[in-house]
Amino acid sequence: MSVDLHMPPRRARPFLGFAALLGVAATVVMGLFVVPKDVAQGDAYRLLFVHVPAAWLSYLAFAVTALASVLYLVPRTRDIRWDYLAGASAELGVIFTALMLAVGSLWGRPIWGAWWAWDARLTTTAILFFLYLGYLALRRMGGSPEQRAMRSAIAGLTAFIDVPIVHFSVTWWATLHQDGSVFNEKMQVHIRDTSMQLTLLLGVAAFTLLYVYLCTQRVQLLALEEGMAERELQAAIEERVARSGATGTASSAPTTDPSTSATTAVGV
Amino acid sequence: MMQLLRDARLVFVKDLRIELRARIVIAQIVPFGVLVLLLFAFALDPRRGMLPTVAPGLFWITVLLASILAVGRSIAVESEHGARDGLRLSGLDGGAIFVGKVGAIVAELLALEVLLLLGTFVLYDVSADGILVLTLTALAATAGIAATGTVYGVLASGAKVRETLVPLLVLPITAPVLLGASKAFESALSGRSGEAWPWVQLLGVFAALYLTVGFVAFGALLEEA
Repeated sequence: MSVDLHMPPRRARPFLGFAALLGVAATVVMGLFVVPKDVAQGDAYRLLFVHVPAAWLSYLAFAVTALASVLYLVPRTRDIRWDYLAGASAELGVIFTALMLAVGSLWGRPIWGAWWAWDARLTTTAILFFLYLGYLALRRMGGSPEQRAMRSAIAGLTAFIDVPIVHFSVTWWATLHQDGSVFNEKMQVHIRDTSMQLTLLLGVAAFTLLYVYLCTQRVQLLALEEGMAERELQAAIEERVARSGATGTASSAPTTDPSTSATTAVGV
Repeated sequence: MMQLLRDARLVFVKDLRIELRARIVIAQIVPFGVLVLLLFAFALDPRRGMLPTVAPGLFWITVLLASILAVGRSIAVESEHGARDGLRLSGLDGGAIFVGKVGAIVAELLALEVLLLLGTFVLYDVSADGILVLTLTALAATAGIAATGTVYGVLASGAKVRETLVPLLVLPITAPVLLGASKAFESALSGRSGEAWPWVQLLGVFAALYLTVGFVAFGALLEEA
């Protein structure tokens, strides 16, 4: 088990969180006040600074889930922490997918004239959202951590290999049905203004930092939750031992302090 | 290899025999499928002449819904009376068990599809062209649905909430199957069989992919999940 899932180290995490916060704040300020209005779309295009980073993150998050699932499935790299990472990343992926769909829909209403369109990319994303919603439901189904990890890893992998098939079939279907003329404009956006480009880059960077920060926090929380039952049991045993050993036989107490051993097991 | 096929056949025959005796598929799932088709006709008002155009989609939605029930049955027979432990201790290969169970679901669904197709012809006034395309589409799509259903069914088999979890898992995964099978049927039924081939290939790829995943992973899932 030479894998180290604890990058970044604990002391760096508050800085990471602060940097993410700063980045998001800077994106808000840049996106709302600094960049100029778009010639064609007016103010509506400012949603792009949330939409594009959210889209990038949701794909990144699902890719991380798939990778972590594979790493859990390979016996040589099997480690319960890959399962925590897969779960944490999928949760963030679902949240950012929802954000991307919501923001995209808000943007679509004034620009396309519709809240929703059966565009290939939109439809794929919607299916992706439900795929991972099911994955998260599966994770909550109980059982031992090893059972959950095994089930989730296989589900995470099977969901991921479905993504290209869904995308391919939907693209095919959409192009057979309708010319995506209006919708393709969105994919062929040419951003000429430097401040717009910078804001977009800033947004992507800020959201990525946010993802890394939230993901590490969530992994740690999952690990602590998992260890909680064990630690409570340990504490109860110790209490019982202490009570029965009131005569002074302190040697019957566990040699290691349960709180420190749990912390090292979690590897914080 | 021969041993594998023999094992698979054993599970296949066992599942079908249970179904024939319990009559759940015949007496409940098949009527459910036909009922759904009827309800679709009510909802869409047959007089409008819209039904022939949407018939392929309705057909596959119906099959997909029925498949959820069939998968539920397939898992339920293993979870009662410790049958699952029996299966684990039987020494049968995990992949063979998977193939057998998928085979049984495919057989059940194909029976339903034949009936539905007759129902579709009667109810919807669609002409029967491109029988070959229809058959291949039905085989590939049903194999894909049964394979994903069995994988996710066994994944969720330990859960108290299995009945609600399986549809949430299976329906998004099989979205491409619904799309591809509907399109292929549409082409075949409207006499443009040539357009169906890309979709049939897509369905074949999907089925092959999930049959492989299930074949490889099923043993581990039966053991650990």
